[in-house]
Parts: sequence; structure tokens; C-alpha cells
Amino acid sequence: MTLQPDLTPILPLTLLVVWACALLLVDLYIPKDRKSITALLSALGLALTLGFTLAQIGQEPLASFNDMVVMDGFSVFVNALLLVSGLLGIGLSFGYIKRMNMERGEYYTLMLFSISGMMLMAQAGDLIVVFLALELLSIPLYVLAAFDRPRVESEEAGLKYFLLGAFATGFIVYGTALVFGATGTTSLNGIVTFLGSNENPGLLLTIGAALILVGLGFKIAAVPFHMWTPDVYQGSPTAVTAFMSSGAKIAGFAALLRVFATAFPSIAVDMTGVLWAISALTMILGNLIAISQSNIKRMLAYSSIAHAGYILMAFVPYGNSEVASVSVAAGLFYLVSYAITNFGTWGVVIALEKAEGKGLEIKDYAGLGRKYPALAVAMTIFMLSLIGLPPTIGLVGKFYLFRAVMAGGFTGLAIIGVLTSLISAYYYLRVVVTMYMQEGDPERSRESFLDLTTAFTAIVTVLVSLVPQYLFAWASSAVLKLF
Amino acid sequence: MNFFLQPLTLLTFFPLVGVLILLFIPSDRKNLLRWVTLGTTLVTFLLSLWVLGMFDASDPHLQLVAQYNWIQVAGWNIQYYLGVDGLSILLVLLTTFLTPISILSTWTAVEERVKDFMIFFLLLEVGMTGVFLAQDLFLFYIFWEFTLVPMYFLIGIWGGPRRIYAAIKFFLYTMAGSILMLLAILWLGNTGKTFSVPDLIAQGNIPVGVQMWLFLAFAAAFAIKVPMWPLHSWLPDAHVEAPTAGSVILAGVMLKLGTYGFLRFNIPLFPQAALEAAPWIALLATIGIIYGAAVSYAQADVKKLVAYSSVSHLGFVMLGMFALNSQGVAGAILQMINHGLSTGALFLLVGMIYEQTHTRELKVYGGLWKITPVFAAIMLIVSLSSMGLPGLNGFVGEFTILLGAFGSQAIGSAWYAAISALGVIMAAVYILYMFQKMFLGPQGEIVDEVKKHGHRIRDLNWREIGIMVPILILIFWIGLYPKPFFALMAPSVDNLVQALNTAALAMH
Repeated sequence: MTLQPDLTPILPLTLLVVWACALLLVDLYIPKDRKSITALLSALGLALTLGFTLAQIGQEPLASFNDMVVMDGFSVFVNALLLVSGLLGIGLSFGYIKRMNMERGEYYTLMLFSISGMMLMAQAGDLIVVFLALELLSIPLYVLAAFDRPRVESEEAGLKYFLLGAFATGFIVYGTALVFGATGTTSLNGIVTFLGSNENPGLLLTIGAALILVGLGFKIAAVPFHMWTPDVYQGSPTAVTAFMSSGAKIAGFAALLRVFATAFPSIAVDMTGVLWAISALTMILGNLIAISQSNIKRMLAYSSIAHAGYILMAFVPYGNSEVASVSVAAGLFYLVSYAITNFGTWGVVIALEKAEGKGLEIKDYAGLGRKYPALAVAMTIFMLSLIGLPPTIGLVGKFYLFRAVMAGGFTGLAIIGVLTSLISAYYYLRVVVTMYMQEGDPERSRESFLDLTTAFTAIVTVLVSLVPQYLFAWASSAVLKLF
Repeated sequence: MNFFLQPLTLLTFFPLVGVLILLFIPSDRKNLLRWVTLGTTLVTFLLSLWVLGMFDASDPHLQLVAQYNWIQVAGWNIQYYLGVDGLSILLVLLTTFLTPISILSTWTAVEERVKDFMIFFLLLEVGMTGVFLAQDLFLFYIFWEFTLVPMYFLIGIWGGPRRIYAAIKFFLYTMAGSILMLLAILWLGNTGKTFSVPDLIAQGNIPVGVQMWLFLAFAAAFAIKVPMWPLHSWLPDAHVEAPTAGSVILAGVMLKLGTYGFLRFNIPLFPQAALEAAPWIALLATIGIIYGAAVSYAQADVKKLVAYSSVSHLGFVMLGMFALNSQGVAGAILQMINHGLSTGALFLLVGMIYEQTHTRELKVYGGLWKITPVFAAIMLIVSLSSMGLPGLNGFVGEFTILLGAFGSQAIGSAWYAAISALGVIMAAVYILYMFQKMFLGPQGEIVDEVKKHGHRIRDLNWREIGIMVPILILIFWIGLYPKPFFALMAPSVDNLVQALNTAALAMH
């Protein structure tokens, strides 16, 4: 054994961070009116990192820095998803920030930093690293949320996100401290080893784990920690909202899964009930409140909350190792399906948004079906996918998810899941109704990268539903080593 | 054999070829769009005849099977599995037969957004055919849910004044049922380790207590679609607001998706539960028959009258099916076809007159016989068929159903059949009432009303007569010589009843 730590696990991550730092400098020499170069360079960085990440598929799990950073099938899967999200996010932002007069080079570097934080989160093998990754992913997001300064809503969104995010981080730090107090270590493997050889330290550990759950609950916008979501999603620049509603959620779930499945299976008895309740509440509340929204960004914010509830379903049986791997794989699949559909939906929203927050009411979509049929078809596909209807990836995702949850013996939760899907059909369909069945004269912006991203996500949404087996296989092999 | 050259695959997905062609035709070339769609649906119909030609009526099992592994990872065992047997062959033919007829009926009725209309219609045909042919629960569920989407658009875009309300109601009602079925499907897939329906039937080891729950979950989806009383309230809205072609397909085919579901899934998968539930279903069916007939009579709107008559007619289908004997089930299948033809034809005829008068209020009509003799004659035949006059198709179906229901051990009482027989008489009352109001008596005010706008009510033109003739031929054919139709389904029906008898023995 050498003293030199094995750098392979952090290789893609390092590449991205170095790339982002370099880009920060390079950007200084790119003239103001040619910031597209920065965007393309960022995309290139993401693509390269994606290549490195994908090259790790099928490798044996690695750990480095005293198990603080790990690289296994799970982290590869999540990181690949995060990097694709980053690329889609850049696709959506490219024309948008130009049009909204906020094209500044640091926009893209901030995105890269945030993505590296998210990737680190998926690779964390230690609670301290979870904390570091959380900060690394969140701080750029706070800035991005307020990027449309001096628009008041955007500044408010940034501040709100920052305050509540800092609060949430506090929970995680405190939880980590309590877990350390109970077990004498912050390493996830160390906690397992400790719990295996000592008697359960009881309440202290449970409270610590619960506090971590609260902190991560903020990040994934689960009820009752969701209060910030609608305002932040509505106030932030739409492209940022798109990125944060997928990226931050993926990272949050990755950390949640990593921490709970690796370190806390022994307290699953206490946690399962809590997760059950949070998941059920999130689905019910998110979907119910979404019904009454007239602003599309706000509606999608609540829809995003609701979908966090669905994904959380997959985590409920995490302590039962027989069904856990199936159900977590289902959760991963659902994350992919949500991320893809979500980016597409936001793509349509961005295409129709006008300066000063105009064009964001659902009624502004009237007549879209007649005037821009392709855009309306894409939006219909996304809405069907969010409801969970064929022929979309959303249906397959729900099928997979509910099946796993039922196999885990949580039929009640599955029933809540399908009933809330029915509720969600009402407000998603309202968008379709407005687009096709009401008269109006919407005006869209044509931006090639935006159109490309929307078209790509729409095609993927349909295609993967026809041949989901490859993604299934990848998702289930990704979680094999976790349990 | 090549995947796409399987007869059933080709039959199911052929309309997509039409969709692809339509996409490349400019939307203002309306006639070209119509012809392409008509051509596609006619070819699809020919394909279904080709399938019929290859169908071996003496074989009770699934035929022309197309079976491929589809999703076989991570404990999933989902197949692409199509097959046809005596239970579904007629319904497939009904679908492919009514679709071109519906397209023809839209020739002058749909002028707005023709391209979108035709695309949705072809997609709908794919979904409906798929439902009748799918033998894997996952595949079935995809087709089942998929039929919702184009129908929702057809009602919502081209429907009447309250179309949005009707479309959403239709969608949410149907979806509410199918999500419960989804859970049952998942349960079956988890415990049976397969989603293939024949395999699940062959396993057949579901405990009776669980069977009842699963039966109810499936029944929720199908009973709403049928619709059985008291879950019918979406139907009048959807029918009245839908454009004519939509109503024809809705009544002609989509309601049968529900009854077919009972036949294909509920009865063979959960035989014991089906036996236990039979008296209750018979009760609901009987209530539906009487209620539907009574409410029909009270309608002032012709389309609503026809819509409610569906509740009554489908009650007969359910009654026959849950007699759970050969006669009842065979009668039920034939009555599904009959209802598709007669009620489909009624909606077509109502649509044809509505296109000229723009009203469906019964009270403004009257004395049309003198002005439109051909229209009146065809309407009379169709009405008589719908009320079950001997010599026409409706009689054969209803009579067989009632025979089955009288002798049914599963239902256990002849009273249901006896009361349901009253429904036949009531049907005569509301149908003849409608006919009399529209065609006999003094001339209605609508005649002058139309004149005021510079038109006059004309009789059917050749296109409209051409639409009706194939239906009329079938109405007489089934009425006078139903044997070939029964022969197609008999082995499969006997097979089903046999399995039920075994299950009944196992219960005691």
C-alpha cells in the first residue's frame, strides 16, 4: 500500500473542477458579445467528464482518501445523469440568458461548479464529504437563482434559497455531529462497522439520522420542508429553475440513498415509518396545491415537489435488503425519467417566456396547438409523461416504482401513489386543454439549442418507453453493490 | 418471421403508416388528407379480413401469436405478446370495420384542423386494436391507457359547446378506474413472475380471498368503461359533446373495451371471484337495463337518448356475460357487435341530420318522412334493430342472452332475466317514441327554420347511403343467419365456460 491516495475515483470530478477554474480565467479574455464560446467550452467540459465517467461502467468499486470518496456503479449512474442534466441545462440556458440580458460568462462556470458538487455528493463516503459537497453544489445555485439581478423576484429567490438552504445545511451538520457522538466516526463504512460490533447507541443516532434526513429533505423539496420551493422556482431565471429542479434533486436523493442505505440500515425500523409519511404527504400536498396554480412555473414547482414524493417511495423499503435493491433501482429509473421530462417541460416554458416574467401564465398557452404544433406536441408528451400515461417514460417509471413498492409490502403507499397521479392528471391536462382547446395567439422565441434540447428530451421520453430494458438493466446493476 | 410482418403486428400498427404519410401532407389539402386516412383504414380493414381468413374457428386457443421477449431484466418478465381467439376476433373486425365508416362520416362534418383529426383517429385505431389483441398485461395496459389520449383530443377539440368539460370528465373517470387496475396488474406480475395472461391463467393459484380484491380492481376499470350503472355518468356528456365520428367509435368500440376486459381478464383470471360476483353484477346490469331505458325515454335531445340507450344495451351484455354459461357469453359477444353496429348507425344518422339542422332537440323535429324518405327508411331499420325486432341482429343477441340468463346457475335466479326482458319492451317504447317524434306527425318547425337560412333539408346523398349500406347488410345478415358469427366464437367460449365449471367444482 502506498501513501499516495488512489486518484482514479476523483478523476472525472477533478477534470470538471479544473476545467471550470480554467474557464473562469479564459472567460476574462472572451469578449462580452461572444459569451457563446464560454457556453460551448462548458458543454465540452461536461461532455469530456461524461466520457470519463461512462468509461467507469462495470468497473469494480473503488474507494480513496480513507473511504471518504468512493466510486461505484451507483455513483457512475448518478454522475452520468448529472452530467447529462448539465448539458441539457446549458442547452436551455444558451439562448435564454442572451434574450433576458443576463449573459455573463460566470453563469456557465457556476453551473460547472454546482455540478461538481452534485457529483461529489453521489460519491461521498463520509458525512463530512456530504456536507462539503452540499455546500459546493448549493452556493453556486444561490448565486444562479439571483442571477437576474436587479429583477426583484430573482434577488428574492436567491436570498430565500440561501437562507433556507443555510438553515438546512445547519441541520445536516448538527445531525453529523450527533452521529459522530453516537458512533465515534463520520465515515459511512465506519458507522456500519461500529453498529455491527457494538450495541445500538439508540436515540442519539436516530436523532442524528433524522436531522440529516431533514437537511436533505430541504434539498429534495419534500413536504414539510418544501416551503421555499414555489417562490424560488418562480423567482429564479427559468433556465436555472430547470437545472436546479433536476440537478439538486438528483444529488439530494443520491446522498439520501448513500447515507441511509450504507450507514443506517440498522435503524430502518425507526426510519421506514418516517419516510413513508414524508413520501405520502409530499405526494398528496404537492399534487393538491398544484391544482390551484395559474402560473406555470409555480405549478411546475408543486409538480416537482410531488415527484419528490414519488421518488421517495422507492426509499421506504431501504432497510429490507431483499426488496431494497429493486426498489432503489426503480427510484433511480424514476429520477432519470423525471429529469428528462422535466428539462423538456422547462424547455417549452422557456420558449414561451417573454421579458419581465410575461408569458408564464397557463392561459398564455392558449392556441399553441394551432400555431406551433411541434411545440404543443412536445409539451403534450411531457405532460403525459408527468401524469404517467403511455407512450412515455413516465408510465414505465411509475410502473417500475409502484411494482417495487408493492413488492416491498407497501401497498397502501402505492395506492396513495396512483390516486395522487389521478389528481395530477387534472392539472397537467389543463395545460393540454389550454394549448389545444382554447383560442389564443402565443408568441415563441426560436433558439436552435433550445429547440434541440426540447426535441431531444421529447424523443427520449417516447423512445425509452418502448425499449426501457437497457436503462432498467443499468439501474439495477448500479445498485447491486450498495446492499 | 420478421417482427413487422406478423399478421397481428401489421394489423395493429398499420394505421401508423397513415399517420406518417399524413405528417407530410400540408394541412390545407383537406381532401387529400381524408383520402389518405380512408385508404389507410380500408387497408387495415383488409388486413383484418386477411387475419380472419387465416383464423381457424375450430381452435379455442390463441392464434396467429406474435410473441417476443420485451423487457426481461431485473426480475421483469414482460413480453410483446399479441394473439387472437374467438373472444376477440369479432371485436377486432368491428373496430376495423367501423373506423373507415367513421372517417367517411367526417367528410363534410369536420372542416377544422382536418389533419390533426385524422392523425388522432388513426392513433385511436392503433390503441383499440392493440387492446383487443394484447395478451401481456403490461402491453395491454399501455394500449388501454393510450386509447384515452386521442379520444380526449377528439372530444375536446372537435366536440360540442361543453366539450372541454366532457373531455376532462371522460379522461379522469376512465383513468380513475384504470389506476386501480394498474395496482392489480402489478400484484399479479409480482406474484406470478410473469405478465403473460395465458401463463397467469394457467398458474391459476390465486387464493379466493385475494381474487375478490383483484377482481374488483379490474372491474373498476372495466365497469367505468362499459359503463355499468352507477358509474355511467361520464357517458352522456362524452357522447353528446363528441363529434359524430367520435360518438360512433366511442359507442361502437370503446365501450366494448370494458366488456371485453371482463371477458378476457376478470372471468378467466379470477374464476371463483367471477362466480361469486355474478349475482351482484347481474343485479347492477338489470338496474342498468331498466334505468338506461327509462332515462332514455325522458330525453329531449336525440343524441342523449341514444347515449342512454347504450347504458341499457350494455346492461344486456353484462347480464349475458355473467350468466357464465355458453349461451350467455356467446350472446354477450354477439350483442357487443350488434350494439356497435346499431348504436354506431344511430349516431351516424343523428349526425347526418344534425349537420343540416344544427339541433338535436326532439321537439323541433317532425314529419321528416315525407321530406327524407330514404333517411327515414334507414332510420327505421336501424331503430328496429336496436330495439331487438326478430329478423334483425339485435333480437338474436338479446334472445340468446336472456336464454343464457334464465338458465344460469351462477346468477341463481331467473328474476334478473325476467325483469331485464322488460327492458326489451321499454327499448321499443323509447326508440319508437324517437322515431315518431322525428319522422311522423305534423311537420316540425325545424323545416321552416332551415328554410329561413336559405337551405332545405335534403335526403341522404350517395356518400351517406354508402356509409349505411355495409352496416345494414350486417344487420340483416346477423339477424337472419347468425350461425357463422357464433361458429367463430363457440370453441373459445366453450373453453372459457369449461374452465369456469372446473373452478366451480374446486370451490365446492
